Formats: sequence, structure tokens, C-alpha cells
Amino acid sequence: MYFYLTALVAIASTTMVIFNRNAVHALLYLVVSLLAVAVIFYQFGAPFAAALEVIVYAGAIMVLIVFVIMMLNQGDKAVAQESQWLRPGIWWGPGLLSAILLLQLVFMLRGGQTADSTALHYVGPKEVGIALFSRYILAVELASMLLLAGLVGAFHLARQKRREESGVQDAD
Amino acid sequence: MNTSPWAALLNIFGVLLVAVLLAALLTWGERRLLGFWQDRPGPNRVGPFGTLQVVADMIKLFFKEDFVPRFADIPVFVLAPTVVMAAMLLGFAVIPVSPAIGVIDLNVGLLFFLAMSSMAVYSVVLGGYASNNKYALLGGLRAAAQTVSYEVFMGLSLMGVVMMSGSFNLREIVQAQENTWFVLPQFIGFLVFFIAGIAESHRLPFDLPEAEHELTAGFHTEYSGMKFGMFFVGEYLSVILISALITTLFLGGWLGPWLPPVVWFLLKTSVLIALFILLRAALPRPRYDQLMHFGWKFMLPLSLANLLITAGVLLWIQ
Repeated sequence: MYFYLTALVAIASTTMVIFNRNAVHALLYLVVSLLAVAVIFYQFGAPFAAALEVIVYAGAIMVLIVFVIMMLNQGDKAVAQESQWLRPGIWWGPGLLSAILLLQLVFMLRGGQTADSTALHYVGPKEVGIALFSRYILAVELASMLLLAGLVGAFHLARQKRREESGVQDAD
Repeated sequence: MNTSPWAALLNIFGVLLVAVLLAALLTWGERRLLGFWQDRPGPNRVGPFGTLQVVADMIKLFFKEDFVPRFADIPVFVLAPTVVMAAMLLGFAVIPVSPAIGVIDLNVGLLFFLAMSSMAVYSVVLGGYASNNKYALLGGLRAAAQTVSYEVFMGLSLMGVVMMSGSFNLREIVQAQENTWFVLPQFIGFLVFFIAGIAESHRLPFDLPEAEHELTAGFHTEYSGMKFGMFFVGEYLSVILISALITTLFLGGWLGPWLPPVVWFLLKTSVLIALFILLRAALPRPRYDQLMHFGWKFMLPLSLANLLITAGVLLWIQ
């Protein structure tokens, strides 16, 4: 029962993310959607994943995205442009593709090819840690390499810019 | 913990009420203490020792015009001040005040607190954005960068405590301090968390998002009446929450001889709150780039080193 309520919130807010014309409002709906997903995680016995969902996605990544959108200073002009882009004719392609996915999902659910979601089992922080550093150690290492590459890349780009503006002192 | 519904309700509303009342009282207490340390009386006219100043301020805030600028993004503008209040009050849910008092005994209590404190950032960021005002926007930008970067090692500084007690559960962390308070073995963690806590609640000396001499009032420039009041109370709530959490994590929570547990908890928390205010009275504000350099180049390596040494020592002992 609680699950359906939370899922409804998640779906409704995600729909609003797609159809909202104001970028910041859309992002706020995305935050709500992420929070709803975190609640679902918690309900299904994964409190660690729920906490990380809120801390990392809703609390850090979305703040940074809002940060960037804020600086773009989009006003009514951007909203008008967005409503032009969301003309009904444009929905056909993505709508059709998503409909195929939805059909697949419905068939799969009808065929019963899903795990039994009523059989909850609790996954605490300790279990997550043990799994990450034993079975999934390769994935963890790969992710850390990817992040390091991203970090070095960002650092390089930021440095390059400062060298060009060498007239400006202490421009960070 | 008691399981009867009435006791649970009493617990919930008791904690809520005390938190909000303390935050309101702190608006008076802070000015009195600041006055004391700066050799002036502070607010002492309304009621005995000025204690009714809170009521006077409240009446004033409620009767002010609740002004929403025409150029603002109105729904977001209204939403922003509520976020910090809601997030901070939710954060109080996991604080174990005494063996019997405490709203919820969450297995990932510490992470829940971190999640709530990271949600509180939205208040400042959205307030800055929705005001559609250059000063407010700059304040919001600063707040976003400051809190996101200080959050990183705020979490890291707590991991030493988690390793030593072997749990994210705040009650178990308190019980693990039966013999020694974690402030001794985890002194670096304590310092880092304290500084990060000041930055998270953007109090002076880290109140650059609202530095009045450069940004008028930063993110809450356009706010008035009770909306401004909510930002204000939210800030005090976060000071109390951080103090209560430091008490729980590093100073042994409710543990202590002779006095009842609640008294110990409140006593330790009040000392920490007073320390927050003393820091405000004593220290000037750094420059913004100094703040960021300090965070990333000094505090982050320090907390990582603390983490590494703690892990090493724990492995050695085992």
C-alpha cells in the first residue's frame, strides 16, 4: 500500500520533470522523484542505498546541477523556447519507443518473469560494504578510475582557462 | 524505547517542541552572550533579563508585510524557507537524547542526519535563485559551493567514529563510549566535524553566503516577515542539531555520573552551542577563496589521514 503511494509520487514527479517548461522547476520535481525512490529503497529493506540516494543524488549532484542552471539565468524567454520545443508533433518518436518498452514490461509482468517482491531481505551497510569489496571489487576499481580521469580532466580544463586570462590575478 | 502510542507521540512532539523553543530562545541567548563577550548589555529591556525579547521579535515578524517581489519565481520563493526548517526538524528525529527519549532508533541514523543536512542546502540555493536578485544569487552560489565541498569531509570525519563503534546507529555509538568518549581517540575527527558543522550551518566565521558588507544579506535579501524568520530559526536549529550530534558522537551523549541522562545531554549540548556563539564573537570572516582553499587543501587531506590512521590502528589492535 505504502509502496504504491510512493511509486505514484515518483511517477507523477518524473512526468512533471519531462513536461515542465521551467528548467529549475523541472529539476525540483526530479529531486522529489529521487526522494521517492529513496523511500522505496527503504521500504524494501535497503536503508543504506536509500541514505546514499539522498546524500549523493538529491543532496550533492542535483545541487550542482541546480547551481549550473541558476547561473544560466533562464527567464521567460527560455520558458517560451521550451514550450515551442514541446509541440505535440515532436512527441511521436519518443512516445512510440517508450510504448514498445512499456509493452515489453507488461508482457514480462504477465509472464511472471519477475522476482518475488514480497520476499524482503534486509541489506544493511555492512552487507553492502562486504559485497562491494569482494564480489564487485573490479567494478569499484573501474568506477574509481573513471572518477579519477574525470577529476584530472576537470582540473586540466580549469587550468587552461586560467592561463589564458593571465592578466587576472588569483582568478579562482 | 517505549512502544505505547501515547509515549511515542509524547516523544515526537516533545522533541519537536523543545527543538523549536530552544531555537527561538537562542535568538535572545545569542545576542545576550555576544553582548556579554563584547562588553555591552545586549537586549535586556523586555521582561526579566530581556527573556521576553523572543516574544517581541515574533510579534514584530508576524506583523511585518509579507512581501513577495514581483520579479521573483513565486512558488520556489515560498518553498525555499520551509526546506531548511523541515530538513533540520527531521534531523532531530534520530538524535538519542536519553535512553528513553528519542523519536526513532534508525539503523542508519548517522547517514540519515547527513542526508537531511545535505537537503537543507536547497533552502539557501533556491532562496538565492528565486529572489531573482544579483546579491541573492551570489549568496546562493557561494552557499552551494561551500556546503557541497564541506559536506565531503563532514561525512569523512565521522567515519572514524563509525569504525570505532562499528555501527551507524547513534544509540550504539553512545553505548560504545561507555569507557572513553570518542573525543579523545578521534580528536582530529571532532575538530574537522566541528568546523564542517559551522560551514554547514553557515554561521560566522563561515557565513559568506550572507556576508552583509559585500552582499547586503545574501540569499535572504528579498525575504521579510516570517519567511525571513524561518531562515533564521532554521539556522539556529542547525546549530542546535550539530551541537547535539557532536555531543552524541564525540562527547558520550547522555553518559555521565550522578545527574540524570537528559540533563547531561542538554548540558553538553548547551556548552557546544555557547562555543558556536563564542567563535562568532571572536573570529573574523575569511575571504571566499581562502575558505575554499582551506576546505579542499587542508581539511580534506586531514580527514583522509585521520581515516587511514584510525583504520590502521584498529587493524593493529585486532
